[in-house]
This record gives sequence, structure tokens and C-alpha cells, in this order.
Amino acid sequence: MEITFVIEKFVFITVIFGLSLLVAMYSTLAERKIAAFLQDRVGPNRAGPGGMFQPLADGVKMFLKEEIIPTQSNKFLFIAGPSLAILTACIGSAVIPWGQDIQLFGKTIALQATDINVGILYIFGVVSLGVYGIMIGGWASNNKFSLMGAIRAASQNISYEIPMGLSIIALLLVTNSLSLKDIAEQQHGFQWNVFYQPLGFLIFLVCAFAETNRTPFDLPECETELVGGYHTEYSSMKLGFFLFAEYINMFVSSAVMATLYFGGYNYPGMDYMNSLLGPTFGPLLGMAVLFLKIFAFIFFFMWVRWTIPRFRYDQLMNLGWKILIPLAIANIVLTGLVTALVNGF
Amino acid sequence: MEAQSTPVNYLPIIFQMIVALGFVVVTMVVTHLVGPKRKTSDKLIPFESGIESIGNARQPFSIKYFLVAILFVLFDVEVIFMYPWAVNFRDFGWAGVIEMFIFMGTLLLGFIYVLKKGALDWE
Repeated sequence: MEITFVIEKFVFITVIFGLSLLVAMYSTLAERKIAAFLQDRVGPNRAGPGGMFQPLADGVKMFLKEEIIPTQSNKFLFIAGPSLAILTACIGSAVIPWGQDIQLFGKTIALQATDINVGILYIFGVVSLGVYGIMIGGWASNNKFSLMGAIRAASQNISYEIPMGLSIIALLLVTNSLSLKDIAEQQHGFQWNVFYQPLGFLIFLVCAFAETNRTPFDLPECETELVGGYHTEYSSMKLGFFLFAEYINMFVSSAVMATLYFGGYNYPGMDYMNSLLGPTFGPLLGMAVLFLKIFAFIFFFMWVRWTIPRFRYDQLMNLGWKILIPLAIANIVLTGLVTALVNGF
Repeated sequence: MEAQSTPVNYLPIIFQMIVALGFVVVTMVVTHLVGPKRKTSDKLIPFESGIESIGNARQPFSIKYFLVAILFVLFDVEVIFMYPWAVNFRDFGWAGVIEMFIFMGTLLLGFIYVLKKGALDWE
């Protein structure tokens, strides 16, 4: 291993990290703008042209607010909760392939932090870790509302992880690989997995909503019952971390969905465009296409948030356990039989 | 099958963790230093809709949540067993399909038992 490898990876990771923070920042503005549009309002328009600097103003405000650590709380865990929440949100993007190999400064660089052969399992593991941040933060607050929000969050996240895992198994029957790079490459042309796994995609989408605690599954922060849910006691940047982690999670899960089911950086007519643009700008166009898909998913997340009301808790659990799990198992059986009968062995 | 991943392949994940950790620590320290500090005893008690807080939150809660967690552990372990089969689906052939269907049938029986027992009924 050489020093250039380390530098190259650090630079690439920092760029992707900054990019994901930027997308998450502007998602907060987009959320408010889309909410305003759907409710026939104007939305934030004071900070900069069209409210363009609103996320920066919000960020500065978060920094300048007073930090409150309640006396009855567990101080160490109270700080560890939001830190863990944003940490797990930030490391998920390491295995996502952002584009084909690119020629830059006379070198071939992979547009992916690392291509490990258990990429999906890594994502799955990081998603599971996400619940710790909320659980620890909510428990450490020593507030009844926070505790209830945290327990709801934990129980909801683990419940929806099972159908999520099952829907990925059906996808693996089609791809036969756990590496996200392989899966993206297999969808070259217009062979997108969503055409082979429509039901699996739907299950995965619903689970992604539940895992990111987005409406209609945002019971952990159900303000009509639980004040602020698991972050009732939080203020300043610690509250900001919890809110920000949600948007980063949304970005990462959109990227995962785009890669697994919607061809990642592939688009129809890619070979022609690549031969036209050359080895530097061709992959960049692919990356732009992937980001377009991600933005489309983020828009969908927001559209749903401002359209559908929140579930009741028993409805949420019934949907997860009694509908999604049997559906996902049926999907595996169906996919297995069809693959075996149509393709043979 | 794809090539085996070597430990070097996992290094960038550690790099990413370092970058993320750096971001978190720096932000936490800056916000701690920059924010105002005007603490009063009323401000630091747990929020309970404006009334005086009664007891604290370290008390028992519904057993249902615990039950869900236990069921999750059971089912998630079973789900992980299916991953190697799904990846090697073509190599195992029909024998693999039949074996996995028997496994899933057993899993489904357990699932039906859980449902019939009412472990997932919330009122």
C-alpha cells in the first residue's frame, strides 16, 4: 500500500462527505420550499435570493444557541446519543459506487470509496447501528416523553429491518452478488432491477421510510403526543445533529435505492455518450445522472411527507409484521421459482 | 464469483469513520465554546409540559416492546442465514431451492405461531 493510495482515498472521501453534507443542508431548504408549494405558500424567502442562504443561517443559529444538559440526565450518554446518530448516518456512503472509473490527471480513479464484496451487508449493518443514537439519546435525557419516543423508534426500526432484509434477499436472487459495484454494472443498458423486482422495490421503499423515521412513520417524534419525541430535551447543535442525521440518512438511502433498483449511474444510451465525451466527462455525466435519481427520491420522500398523515402505532406495527413480512417472503418464493424455471441452472 | 476482498479494501471505511468523527468532534467542541451559558435551575429540569416533573423516567415500560425486540433477534438471525443461499443461488440448483423452501416453511410456522399467540397485537 502506498501513500498515494491513502491520499487519494482521503481526498475522495472528503469530497463525497462534503457533498453529502451539502445535499443534506439544502434538503432542509427544499423540504420547506416543497411544503410551501404543496400548501400554497411562499416558503422561506428572506435570507438571500429566494431563501438560498436559509440553510447557512439555520446552521449558524444552531451553533449560537445555548447548550442545555438537564441535571437529571446522564451527561456522557446525553452527548454520545446525537454524535452516534450523525456518525452512523455519515459512514453509510462508503460503499456506494458514484460512477464508472474516471480518468483524472492521467490516473484512473474509482468513483467509490471502497468496493467490498459484502457492500449490502455493510449498509445493512450501518442502518441497524442508527437506532443506537436515538435510543441512547432518548434514554439519557431522563424525560418520559424522550424515553417513549426512543422506545418507539427502536421498536419501529428493528421491526422494519426484517422486511428490508427479506426484500434484499429477493434482489440477491437476481444479482447473485453483494457488491454494490457489481450490482450497478449488471444494470448496464436498461436492465434496471426494478423491472425484475417491482414488489421487492415497493417493500424496500416502505422500509426506507420507516428506517429514516420519515412521515408517515415519524412516530418517534410525534409532536401531538410526545412534545418533541426523543429529542425533547435537546438544544443547540445536538438537536441539529439529530435533525441533520435524518436528512443524511435520507440522502444515503436514496442513493442505495437508486443503485440497487434504478441502475445507479447507468442510463439508456450510456455507451454512446461515453464514446462522445471521453473517459473524463463520461463518468462525470453518469455521476450527475445518479445524483438526479437521488434528488428524485428525496423529492418523493418530501412529497409523501406533506401528503400522507401519520400512522397510529398499532397500524405501524401491523403493517410491518403482518403485511410486509409475509409479502416479502412470498416475493422471495416467487422470485426463486421464476428464476429457477425461466433461467434454469 | 467476484474476487475476495482483502483487508486493504476495508481501509477506506476506517478513513471515512475518521473523517466523520473529526467532523462530529469539531462541531461539538465549537458549539460548546460559541453558545451562551446562562443556566438556571428551572431551565435544567426535565420538561414535562410546564408542570412539576413527577419521579423520573427510569421506570418499567410496556413488555410489548421487549417482546418485539426478542422476535426481531430471532427473525433477523434467520434472515441472515438466507444471504449465502441467495448469493450462491445458481450454484446450489434445485436442491438448494427445496432446502431453503423447507427452511422458510419452518420459519413461517414459527411466524404463524407468534401471530396466533397474539404477541403482535397492540391495543
